[in-house]
Amino acid sequence: MDYLTAFLTGGAICALAQIIYDNTKLTPAHILVSFTAAGAVLGGLGVYQRFAEFAGAGAIIPVSGFGNSIVMGMLSELERLGWEGLFTGAFEITGLGVTTAIVFGSLMAVLFRPKG
Amino acid sequence: MDKAQKDQHTRYQQMVKEATPQPNRWKNAAMAFITGGLICTIGQLLYNLFEIIEPSRLETTAVTQAAMIALGAVATGLGFYDWLAERGGMGAAVPVTGFSNTITAAAMEFKREGYILGMGAKMFVIAGPVLVYGILSGFVISLLRAVLSGSLF
Repeated sequence: MDYLTAFLTGGAICALAQIIYDNTKLTPAHILVSFTAAGAVLGGLGVYQRFAEFAGAGAIIPVSGFGNSIVMGMLSELERLGWEGLFTGAFEITGLGVTTAIVFGSLMAVLFRPKG
Repeated sequence: MDKAQKDQHTRYQQMVKEATPQPNRWKNAAMAFITGGLICTIGQLLYNLFEIIEPSRLETTAVTQAAMIALGAVATGLGFYDWLAERGGMGAAVPVTGFSNTITAAAMEFKREGYILGMGAKMFVIAGPVLVYGILSGFVISLLRAVLSGSLF
């Protein structure tokens, strides 16, 4: 059942992005940035977590979930450290992913050539 | 521009409009839905696995996102992600695997300009703005929350 909700909610977010892309002059980069920022803001308002409780990976895997992770890190570090948490928290959860992207991205660049 | 020229110009514009292929919006949206949905389903599978070993929900989320990012990077290196992105459009771009794809693809592409000023400098050409605006908007909303709830100091 959680697989079906992940499929439907994640798919819906991606379809929304595609509809925006096809009907405006925005580039994919603009859309990725807006979705991440939207996820961060909705996370700060407490809306995104409620959505994630229902949607599971359908909320976590789109970049909006990545934006939400940025805010969740900030808020949990804020609780632990006080104001310093606003500055240390961005990578509390996402750091794992960002470092993974750098390590694997570099490794792939060393191993493979782009096609064409 | 006299009238004949103007007419010709208008007719030319008309021809250009007719010849430009219109994106099939319904099909694109459906393909994005299926592609994004399948990627999230794989994410759910990983989440359910990591949930067993990770102590908290935040850590499970972090590890799931990182694992999908690793998968996205490998799929990009092998050339599979390009194939997927051609068909899935935003369905391939919006999941974190797509975020990872922009980093790996840029690293591969700019390697020929050198490891420091090519790969190193341009790896985050698209992912950089995502991080910058994700952090900026996150910072503002978290600051507001902290001020309003009085938990800043």
